[in-house]
Amino acid sequence: MSAKLENLRGRAWVFGDNIDTDLLAPGHAMRKPLAELAQHCLEAIDPQFARSVHQGDFIVAGTGFGIGSSREQAAQALAHLGVGAVLAVAPARIFYRNAINLGLPVVRFPHADSVRPGDDLVVDLVHGCVYNLTRNTEHDCEPVPEFLRDVLQAGGLIPHLRTRLRRQ
Amino acid sequence: MSAHTLAEKILMRASGAASVRAGEIVVAKVDLAMMHDSGGPRRVAPYLQQLEAKVWDPEKVVLVSDHYVPAVDPQSAAILSLTRRWAHENGITRFHDMQGICHVVLQEYAHLRPGMLVVGGDSHSPSGGAVGAFMVGIGATEMAGVLATGEIWLRVPETVRVSWTGQLAAGVCAKDMMLALCRDLGQNNDYKAIEYCGSAVTALPMAERFVLCNMSAELGAKTGMIAPDEKTLAEIRANGGDIADSALQWRSDENAAIERVVEFDAGRLAPQVAAPHSPGNSLAVDQVGRVRIDQAYIGACTGAKLTDLQMAAQVLRGKKVAPHVRLLVAPASLRTTQLAAADGTLATLTAAGAILLPTGCGACAGYGAGVLAEGEVCISSTARNFKGRMGHATSQVYLGSPFTVAASAVTGHVTDPRALLH
Repeated sequence: MSAKLENLRGRAWVFGDNIDTDLLAPGHAMRKPLAELAQHCLEAIDPQFARSVHQGDFIVAGTGFGIGSSREQAAQALAHLGVGAVLAVAPARIFYRNAINLGLPVVRFPHADSVRPGDDLVVDLVHGCVYNLTRNTEHDCEPVPEFLRDVLQAGGLIPHLRTRLRRQ
Repeated sequence: MSAHTLAEKILMRASGAASVRAGEIVVAKVDLAMMHDSGGPRRVAPYLQQLEAKVWDPEKVVLVSDHYVPAVDPQSAAILSLTRRWAHENGITRFHDMQGICHVVLQEYAHLRPGMLVVGGDSHSPSGGAVGAFMVGIGATEMAGVLATGEIWLRVPETVRVSWTGQLAAGVCAKDMMLALCRDLGQNNDYKAIEYCGSAVTALPMAERFVLCNMSAELGAKTGMIAPDEKTLAEIRANGGDIADSALQWRSDENAAIERVVEFDAGRLAPQVAAPHSPGNSLAVDQVGRVRIDQAYIGACTGAKLTDLQMAAQVLRGKKVAPHVRLLVAPASLRTTQLAAADGTLATLTAAGAILLPTGCGACAGYGAGVLAEGEVCISSTARNFKGRMGHATSQVYLGSPFTVAASAVTGHVTDPRALLH
């Protein structure tokens, strides 16, 4: 499924700094199938998250979001639960690549502290805007770099590469 | 001729560009790809099928089973079986099945050389920088892309130089240096290459240099590196690797663009302990206060190599583990176990009451034996103490050097090892 980059709308789930991969994809659930693993996503800090998050909701977080392990189930669990995009002050490097590769948009959002849990957001990842309908505010976020837009619009690295390899 | 950093030089060679600068994106050819049983075949095989692609060069792949070893249930047994089958079907000859933790095995078998561009399907991949390679961690989808094409896009990182002057005191080691850095540099050094240098770094044995690069992951860095010297080449040769003296050319040029230089005095460094739930939550051991422990754990790539076991043995010689504490030791590799058995280190540890666990990643990431119950407190020589990583979400993990873990096992609470060293 290709990621939508403009006019995304959803509620905000707000988290702080250094939300690590072990919170997103706990070690004890790592041998389980994705659907089961995803039910444990963030359970140690918000037991309601996995069952309450809706399709298209956003994660809004501070620095070091996704810090730690290279396990891409951290990003995959969020995508499986329907998260539309991650807006973080500073996403961790491997998490960032993993998420894009799986078709889940992640952008830098320096104004994360302007958002409160449950705020109704409209996000444009091409032009880099976050409209907060609840608070009637508008803030910049980093747009998705052009060369990664292709990957996201293809639905991730594998479908993107499939097209490229077939062309060769 | 313009000057370049070590990271830039390696990415220039691997991308074929005449010159690169920090911030640019390059598409580079990968010299070696390393995977393990958790993020490896079980995850990449379906992707390769979707791509109808084969491994671009089986000679350039190293596969290590270290996470689910030995199997404890049918699920982990199936993962290990799938890993073996995939290695065979894809002609992967450099397959290390239960011989140790991937990052340690890579160096023990001399798979790395200065100047190589290496990707690893594990976040502690910066470990490879200890020999002057540029090694970065990637996820499984990205690994499938590398296996299909032999290439990866990378942003050329800025280099931050961390210089440790002076010499470490007795009872203080590389783990203490990194726990201090996780606090002082913070954990959001995203996309940076950290280059370690200075007299205290030069003096470190290769296994300790490894710890600096390994825990660069905890700094949030893209990678950590140490320019090769005679010690580097001697280690590669001792491990059976063929390497010319010309490999010493892999170092930053004199006037290379270093983003910033940070200096620390190794002589003033005390043993460090990171309190729950972050490696950056560290302080000098004497500032921790009285913390009673249930478990002491010596394990993982960063904390259970031969040098680590020897540090613990130095503290434990002639002493006993406190009655209410369990001391668990999971050697980082088969070779570590063999050498520690031969030189008497294992005998010293077990005489003190240590329980030997299988070689592998073990409880570090909560996969193997030695996980914690509700509310339990552990001091560990591993690299991460994230909430719930090593067991129950309410368990508490303190990080310390093997010296500090061993000393704490003896007294039953978090303890400054310098008081117990002979």
